[in-house]
Amino acid sequence: MNRYPNWVNWLLLIIVVAGTIVALPNLYGDDPAVYIAREGGQALEESVLPDARGILDEAGIAYIGTEIEAPAAVVRFGNVNDQLRARDLLDDTIDNHSASLTLAPRTPGWLRALGLRPMSLGLDLQGGVHFVFQVDIEAAIQQLLQNYSESLEGELRDADIRAPTSIEGRTLIVRLLSDDPAVADQVEEMIGDLEATTVLTTVPRLSIERIETEGRPGFRVTPSEVVIRERQNFAIEQNTLTLRNRINALGVSEPIVQRQGLDQILVQLPGVQDPDRAKRLLGATATLEFRAVYYDENAYEIQRSGRQLVCCELYIDPDGIPILLRRARIATGDQVIDATPGTDQYSRPAVNVTLNGQGGDAMFEFTSSSVGRNMAVVYREEIPRTVTRDGVEVIETDTSERVISNAQIQGVFSNNFQVTGLTAIEARDLALQLRAGALAVPIVMVEQRTIGPSLGADNIAKGRLAVVVGFLLVVAFMLLYYRVFGMFANAALLMNLILLVALMSLLPTALTLPGIAGIVLTLGMAVDANVLINERIREELRNGNTPQASINAGYEKAFSSIADANLTTLIASAVLFVYGTGPIRGFAVTLSLGIITSMFTAIVGTRVLANLVYGRQKVLKRLSIGGGN
Amino acid sequence: MNLDFMGRRRLIIAMSISAVFVLISLASLIFRGLELGLDFTGGVVMEVGFDEPADLEQIRSTLAAAGYEGATVQNFGAATEVLIRLQPEALGVAEDVGAAAQVEAAGTLATTIIARLQEMDPSAAERRPADYVGPQIGDELVEQGGQAMLYAILGIFVYVVVRFRWKFAVGAIVALFHDLIITFGFFSVLRLEFDLTVLAAMLAVIGYSLNDTVVVFDRIRENFRLMRRGTAEAIVNAAINQTLTRTVVTGVTTLLVLFALYFLGGTTLAGFSIALIVGIIVGTYSSIYVASAAALFLNVSTTDMLPPKREAVDDMP
Repeated sequence: MNRYPNWVNWLLLIIVVAGTIVALPNLYGDDPAVYIAREGGQALEESVLPDARGILDEAGIAYIGTEIEAPAAVVRFGNVNDQLRARDLLDDTIDNHSASLTLAPRTPGWLRALGLRPMSLGLDLQGGVHFVFQVDIEAAIQQLLQNYSESLEGELRDADIRAPTSIEGRTLIVRLLSDDPAVADQVEEMIGDLEATTVLTTVPRLSIERIETEGRPGFRVTPSEVVIRERQNFAIEQNTLTLRNRINALGVSEPIVQRQGLDQILVQLPGVQDPDRAKRLLGATATLEFRAVYYDENAYEIQRSGRQLVCCELYIDPDGIPILLRRARIATGDQVIDATPGTDQYSRPAVNVTLNGQGGDAMFEFTSSSVGRNMAVVYREEIPRTVTRDGVEVIETDTSERVISNAQIQGVFSNNFQVTGLTAIEARDLALQLRAGALAVPIVMVEQRTIGPSLGADNIAKGRLAVVVGFLLVVAFMLLYYRVFGMFANAALLMNLILLVALMSLLPTALTLPGIAGIVLTLGMAVDANVLINERIREELRNGNTPQASINAGYEKAFSSIADANLTTLIASAVLFVYGTGPIRGFAVTLSLGIITSMFTAIVGTRVLANLVYGRQKVLKRLSIGGGN
Repeated sequence: MNLDFMGRRRLIIAMSISAVFVLISLASLIFRGLELGLDFTGGVVMEVGFDEPADLEQIRSTLAAAGYEGATVQNFGAATEVLIRLQPEALGVAEDVGAAAQVEAAGTLATTIIARLQEMDPSAAERRPADYVGPQIGDELVEQGGQAMLYAILGIFVYVVVRFRWKFAVGAIVALFHDLIITFGFFSVLRLEFDLTVLAAMLAVIGYSLNDTVVVFDRIRENFRLMRRGTAEAIVNAAINQTLTRTVVTGVTTLLVLFALYFLGGTTLAGFSIALIVGIIVGTYSSIYVASAAALFLNVSTTDMLPPKREAVDDMP
């Protein structure tokens, strides 16, 4: 007698039914669609959908549906051609909104009400752009040393100690101009305080070494590895956050921004087909400085003589006139808490700026005392590039600065005002960047790939076909070779496919093309467990055992082989998961999940079926398992 | 069915065949190397389409005339679509100008190439923005890929040692290297592109090769426990015969889906499918001959099969 307790049968049934429902949304496919979002991440304007419909109707582009899918509007199309034309048109014509390509699942309402969605698709299946940015972590260390140097110099000034500092490589050098040992001790204490210990630790965060240069005492200060690592991690995380903010402002559906390896950030923008604007926006660090115009020297004379001034710097204003600006900034871009693109009363492009309390106070204080005088706005853009110095690749930053406005202060204002003097596109990008915050350290793009939307759709169609044909081939083979037991294996294979798809739909991991390959491979390898079992049953039958005993022995004896064989493959795919990036990780996920689900369906699933079909028969003469039995 | 797999004559023939394939593969890998894809080398890849089926020779000579001799030109999907690949050196900038300059140069390069091709055939059009991969990304991937392989092999070795004792682990690893070297060699000899998906396939080959070997070992272990009187050769031979149908049937079902993937899955997965097809054919053969033979050479005996001593456990109250 081969019987499972009834609850095992019911459990299997429940798992299969639940799996089927969860996997169901994947059957309906997707519509090519355009995703319209408000730039800057604000709520959608209500008029967007009617506007979009009007624009499309006028242009004669057919659409098959429109809906609001917060935070964006989605317009569905019957084919990719209409979708592409519509995207270009909508992106150009709807103000303050961006349009990108997307795939809108055709999941019916009742499944959506259950919170079920199809598997999310990787970039290679839905199209889009892929960037990898390298973060300049060496710059993070230089910033750290710069901070040390600035705060130490402040302390030294307060204590009236003369000791110039300089940065050499990854160390800070402090030279004392006094021979007094008491002073040296005092300075050493000040240096020690640079890294106030917040946690009890035996490892010093700074190593302070006494040195002697030109007969005078000094110190070499080196931050410990821990401090350097903290600083680098901070810089990368800060940059990831900034990039995420900037991308959210772009209005793209389901972007990916994640740290990759030690010092890289991966950015994937599904549905975006123009990498250039995204790239410019992500990599640049643009900011504003508000500075007072200085009148006590003649700017023309300074321009002619090239004389350097302590108080101020020479700039050329937008009208080509030389002006002198005070070095002290009234307010800077990092005090901006909101910025939106707009127009001034003459319909010129403008950025509406809101400053934080500190910036607002400074602005109020300055404008109160300077009505009638001029204030200039400096637009500063930093574009990183790498150069090789002494065989080491380092990232340097080209800074471009220009005065975008030089205007008379008409009245007192504090934290809310408008900046003009930019082109419409510059105003739009600057507003985005001011709001998203600055990058902690420069980044450089080291990889760029674009996957066209039709290639993605083509990949899906081909992948689907390969899965179906592969599945049918295995089913036919198993049926011919193992007859009824082949049917058991086939049923298990179908269960396996359903459970695998269901798990993939629940997990956040996106399906990639190698992921599909993983599913196909799993289908081929999943029957292995049943092959092992069936061969064992045949062997038991050949040895003259009764059919019932053979079924039981077959399952029991095959188990150790199945477990060993699957665990080795699982080890390989786990390593693949840990070391793989992007699509490869997708392959590792499907392969690992496939191994786990296949062990369940091949061992428990087929056993339940075999028990139900054969287990209750008291007099069982033969089994339909092929091979002459 | 009872074939004498471990007979002296057959073993010698099998080992000679393996040796020849391994040597050819090694020689090719050492002297020719692998045709590494964009993922590993870095560089620029562009897709160009024409109205008429493209003349690849003409495109090559046009590019060579423009100074891009190292360019790889091949059809992509359709006769009118062409994939052009340039190594990082083609950017015309010294490598030491750094990544950002290279990205700029990649953009300029794509524009230049399209302009040249349009002089040749006005219908030439760039199908999508050119892909660029910095050389440093490639270096990292090569390193990561190597590490992944190493750790996968190490992990499996430990598993086999724990489950089967070390002689079998050595046999399994010998078989594994045999499979990997021949599969890598296949890519080297035929100059097939080795990209990231092929690397993933190689790791799957590691899993499969071990899977197959382990099933045979499992049976050998069982036989040693049951047939205490037989010679090691006889026991191993019986195990191979008992698992032969399973080895072949699983190989066939896996190959069926891989052929479906190769013919229907599109160009992106072709390399992946080939790597697995070769790996599985070689892996099936090696689990019969290489792994078991290696274990035999190390004189596996009944004592190797006894379960590890468990005194510590027995002493537990």
